[in-house]
Amino acid sequence: MSTLEIKDLRVSVETEDGAKEILKGVTLTINSGETHAIMGPNGSGKSTLAYSIAGHPKYTITGGTVTLDGEDVLEMSVDERAKAGLFLAMQYPVEVPGVSVANFLRTAKTALTGEAPKLRTWVKDVNGAMDKMHLDPTFSQRSVNEGFSGGEKKRHEIAQLDILDPAFALLDEIDSGLDIDALKVVSEGINDFRAREGKSVLLITHYTRILRYIKPDHVHVFVAGRIAESGGPDLAEELEANGYERFTSAAV
Amino acid sequence: MTAAVQEALELGKVESHLHPEGSFDVEAHEVPKGREEIWRFTPLKRLKGIHDSAPFADGATKVEVEAATGVTVETVAADDAVRGTSGLVPTDRVSARAWAASTGATVVRIPTDTVIEGATVIRHHGTGSQTAGAGHAVIVAEKFAKATVVLVFEGSAIVADNIEIVVEDGADLTVVSVQDWADDAVHLSTQHAKVGRDANLKHVSVSFGGDVVRHDFTAEYAGPGGSVEALGLYFADAGQHIEHRLFVDHTAPKTKSNVVYKGALQGEKAHAVWIGNVLIRKEAEGIETYEENRNLILTDGAWADSVPNLEIETGEIEGAGHASAIGRFDDEQLFYLQSRGISETEAKRLVVHGFFNDLIRQIGVPELEEKLTSTVEAELAKNINTLITKDNA
Repeated sequence: MSTLEIKDLRVSVETEDGAKEILKGVTLTINSGETHAIMGPNGSGKSTLAYSIAGHPKYTITGGTVTLDGEDVLEMSVDERAKAGLFLAMQYPVEVPGVSVANFLRTAKTALTGEAPKLRTWVKDVNGAMDKMHLDPTFSQRSVNEGFSGGEKKRHEIAQLDILDPAFALLDEIDSGLDIDALKVVSEGINDFRAREGKSVLLITHYTRILRYIKPDHVHVFVAGRIAESGGPDLAEELEANGYERFTSAAV
Repeated sequence: MTAAVQEALELGKVESHLHPEGSFDVEAHEVPKGREEIWRFTPLKRLKGIHDSAPFADGATKVEVEAATGVTVETVAADDAVRGTSGLVPTDRVSARAWAASTGATVVRIPTDTVIEGATVIRHHGTGSQTAGAGHAVIVAEKFAKATVVLVFEGSAIVADNIEIVVEDGADLTVVSVQDWADDAVHLSTQHAKVGRDANLKHVSVSFGGDVVRHDFTAEYAGPGGSVEALGLYFADAGQHIEHRLFVDHTAPKTKSNVVYKGALQGEKAHAVWIGNVLIRKEAEGIETYEENRNLILTDGAWADSVPNLEIETGEIEGAGHASAIGRFDDEQLFYLQSRGISETEAKRLVVHGFFNDLIRQIGVPELEEKLTSTVEAELAKNINTLITKDNA
């Protein structure tokens, strides 16, 4: 049983005009086995939430706490957070020229588990994960994210989710830029992950479209750096019908 | 030959700083003071006087030859007619002095129509002599020959040399020059290639060691359809000066050049200089050229100068481009790798290896690949502690 607890989290970024507060007190608890969807308009700070939890150096924590089973996540380095069980699938995965997907995955898995994966099962696991994401086996020999199409990048993120098998998946706009077929493939991958014992997901999205394939336990509407309203799956349906207007006008 | 034909074959004179007038006469080249365009980046004080009048003598290096079957390697007298067949005319004082002081030349010859398996390796071991050595080598790939020649420089020495490369029509030659010198070595090398009709030259310069290493690689074409690929890999440590000056002179139509140099720098006063000059002459219609230099600065205190120059005298070309970059570790790359559980140190190692990997693969000499990868690793190991402490500071 593991719990990610975010309490009154405040985050700012440096801009040309000085520090700008993006997150203005976010409180959220995700229990083991739960899927939470965070939905919000552009610029509401929902991606900042994911990157702050993962430890991106661009963001300065100015207040609040993030704990994983009581351990202070904010004190951890980025790789320590991953070792503690966090995984961030990025909206724009970064190119790493000259580093093959195979080398990257093996290095990551070794770092996470503290030992090199057994060769025989490893190759099978990687090929299986690639296959599930409809990625060609030669994909492993390509440089990480270099020259990948938008859809390939997202499917590669979910293949990593499968292989690295974290406890908590933070998925930042995993659905953006995907056509309907790719969206189905990605959603299936996420659902496979959720089917594993005790896995938690924080699904950040702008659109309700992905929620046709992934049924969240909780839905939160994120506006102007904080959670404006929380509810069940029906809240997503309301957003699908009416958009964010009710929340954005209230925030102003 | 009639005058008209002669005239048509003569290349027009180009008024360009890219194309200085050469001369075999040492005194035609003034002693550089440091302000000259071609010397302004080079630390003259550390050249042990070879740019001025320091004497040359034999014995600066011991040479060991491992010739592949079918390749002849011999030493000829300084007045042998093979010298100068590449069209090399010294354009600076060091090159002119080395030319005048050479007591002989090493000639590597790959016979017509032969495809050579394996690399011919010529090792130069610096003997630690405080007197400079002047070297001369001529590498000739005869018509339709195919071979790889590797020059390795190790140990301590002060060396000025001229390396001539002649790639005859239809030949396919790879020349790799590996500067793996000890920390106190000084090496100024002028390497000039003449590339024949439909011939291919891959020229690779790899610099890791030495106090001052300056390499001038120039190429010209003897006929249409020739292609030059110039690759470079360097790793400058604290106090080291590594300079590469390239000049590709597109003297014939339908020729190609592709220049890619990549370097990493680490430590106080590590300095890398890259000057990439390309001249596309009026005659050079339908050519294609691209040059690229990327520098990865690993620590504070290191700096790089990178200057691409492209001079175009005809618009009737297939393509011409260049790129130059000097950068530090990309925070986004490191964050991405670390977010997968990879430690910061390991992430940096991956990024540096990745930075060089593509280039090492392109060199295409299997004997070298592993050695280069492990040398990159050894260079990183020198500074990996600094990398970490810098970040925590």
